[in-house]
Order: sequence, then structure tokens, then C-alpha cells
Amino acid sequence: MTYLQIFVSFFQIGLFSFGGGYAALPLIENQVIDVHKWLSLAEFADLITISQMTPGPIALNAATFVGTRVGGLLGAIVATIGCITPSCIIVLMLAYLYYKYKNLSTIQGVLNGLRPAVVSLIASAGISILALALFKTEVTTLLNVKFSDINIVSLILIVIGVFVLKKYKSNPIHVIMASGVVGFIIYALIL
Amino acid sequence: MEKNLKFYFKLFITTFSLSAFTIGGGYVIVPLMRQKFVEELKWIEEEEMLNIVAISQSAPGPIAVNTSIMTGYRLAGVLGAFVSILGTALPPLIIITVVSKFYDAIKNNSSVNAVLLGMRAGVAAVIINVIIKMVGDILKKKNLTSIIIMVLSFLAAVVFNINAALIIVICGVFGAIIYSGLLYKFKGEHK
Repeated sequence: MTYLQIFVSFFQIGLFSFGGGYAALPLIENQVIDVHKWLSLAEFADLITISQMTPGPIALNAATFVGTRVGGLLGAIVATIGCITPSCIIVLMLAYLYYKYKNLSTIQGVLNGLRPAVVSLIASAGISILALALFKTEVTTLLNVKFSDINIVSLILIVIGVFVLKKYKSNPIHVIMASGVVGFIIYALIL
Repeated sequence: MEKNLKFYFKLFITTFSLSAFTIGGGYVIVPLMRQKFVEELKWIEEEEMLNIVAISQSAPGPIAVNTSIMTGYRLAGVLGAFVSILGTALPPLIIITVVSKFYDAIKNNSSVNAVLLGMRAGVAAVIINVIIKMVGDILKKKNLTSIIIMVLSFLAAVVFNINAALIIVICGVFGAIIYSGLLYKFKGEHK
């Protein structure tokens, strides 16, 4: 029964989280802490920390974390499948409709309106990621940032990274890995 | 493009490595997918990729999962969608299963934190590079409506913290009215 509960919970999380990872967090909190009491509040905070320091979509990280705690490896797999099932059904339907009707002027109009908005949403998420990388302390607003809050090593790494990507069209994954190595050398060995 | 075993393997490896190396969730993976599928592999065109992202964002569920379903479907139908969703979902499953076992040891390990700090800067550089490219592409087309949508939705997201899903819906409806001639039809009926 537990596996069914895990599946249903993460199915709901997948189904009702519009707008990506951070929008899913309150839903996960509700299901995992309030409804089923699978995690304590401290464990939930750990879950968010782990999600932020590990790769992959937050909802899937949460699914695996909670699933493992509640039902071991099988629990993790069931939670992950529950989380992606709504996406599979809904997005496949949308994909089918899009490729069938993409030449309709209304669909084209909708997409013409959406494309610039998508660029903005990615840019707005990019600003948060930049702030997270650039400042030593958690910055909530850009209005009262002091120059001394800037992490100079990060700033230099970012500038070099952008330059290398622009100039040599390097593979982004190589740039991220190289930054990790440089970070290790500077923060762990030198500073 | 031939849909042989080699192609599916390449699709799997591509989505797997994107999911395995991108810290920070959907909005980080999406620009990297664009870079990989549009610029490196040249499997999908720029404008179509933005359509794919727009559709993925208007559906519920993790954006990275939705985008990989759409991309896989575009490249190789339902089978392609399942191959790319498997590639996207496996890394979090593996990594979190391992990490949650060693979480207490990892949490306060200074070497791990040093690598993560460096990688954050690398991720920020990758995102900045992609944003510059995407904004540049919109500006180059000199379509005033697109530019206005981009600026307003950026302000809505960054300054007013409006939910991404709501921005998507409003821009979609706006686009349908402006571009598809619905407005003219509507006016025509009134005359």
C-alpha cells in the first residue's frame, strides 16, 4: 500500500506543479510533511539542500529522496515514475497536437507570443543563478548589495567562462567541470 | 537523420549527460539543451526549440522532463520521447540514491563544497552565454511586438515576481490575438 501512496503523492506533485522546480516545492512539502508525515521539517530542509547541490530537476531529486526514505530503491523508482507520468501523458498529447496543427495561424500566433516570454523567463532564472554564484551571502534584493559581498574568485571564473564559451564555442559541460576543478584547487587547497 | 540504434543511444547519452551535469533544475537544463540540440548536434532549429520550450512550460511537471519529452518526440516520435525521458530521469535517481546514503558525511565536507562553489560559477557562465545569444536573436529580428513582450515579461518575472505559468498563459493569449488576425476578424464582425 505504501508504494501506491508514494505513486499517488508524486503523481499529484507532477500534475499540479506549473512553472518548474521551485513551484513544486510547496506541493512536495504539503504531501510529504503534512499529509503523509514521511519527512520531518529538518529532513525537508536537507532535501532542499541536497537538491540544490546535486544535478537534475528538483522534483525528481525530491521523489528519489523521499522514495528511498519510505520504501528503499523500489520506493525511489515508484516515486520517480509517479512524478513523470502526468508529464508523459500531457506533454505527449501537446506534442502530438503541436506537430499536427502547427501551421494553424492561431497556434503560430500563440507561439510567437510565447517565444520572447520564454527568453525572459530563462533570463530571470539566470539572474538568480548568477546571484547565487556571485555573492558570498544570500542576496534577497539587488538594491543593498555591497561590493565586498562579491566573491572575486567566482566573478573571475564567470568572466573567463563566458569568454571561453563565446570565443571557442566550448562544450558547456566541460566548462562546468573545469570550474569545479578550479574551485577545488582555489577554495580547498589555496584559500 | 537515420533512426537506428546508434541514434537512440546518442539521444539517451545526450539527455543523460545534460541531466547529470546541470545543477539547479529546469531553467538551467533548458538553455543547455538548446545549446546541445540546436548548436552542436543541429538536430532542431532555433525557433522550433523555443516553441518546444514554450509548450513544455505551459504543461505541468518538471520543465526539464517536459522539454526532453517534447524534444525526443520531435526527433523520433513516442519511442524517442521515452528514450529521452529515461535519460533525464536516471541521473537524479542514481545520484540522489547514493547521496542520501552519505549525506551527513558530504554536508560538511569542505572539498565537496569547494567543487560545488566552482561549478556554480561555471553554470552561471553557461547561462549568461545562452541568454546573450537568445536575447540577441530576438533583437536581431527587429520585431517590436516581440521586444515589448520580452521586456514586459522580464519585468513581470523579476520585479513583480509573477508566476511563470501565468506569464506564459497571458503571452500566449496575447500572441494569438495580435498575430493570428483574430483581432481583425473580431473587428470585422462588428462592422
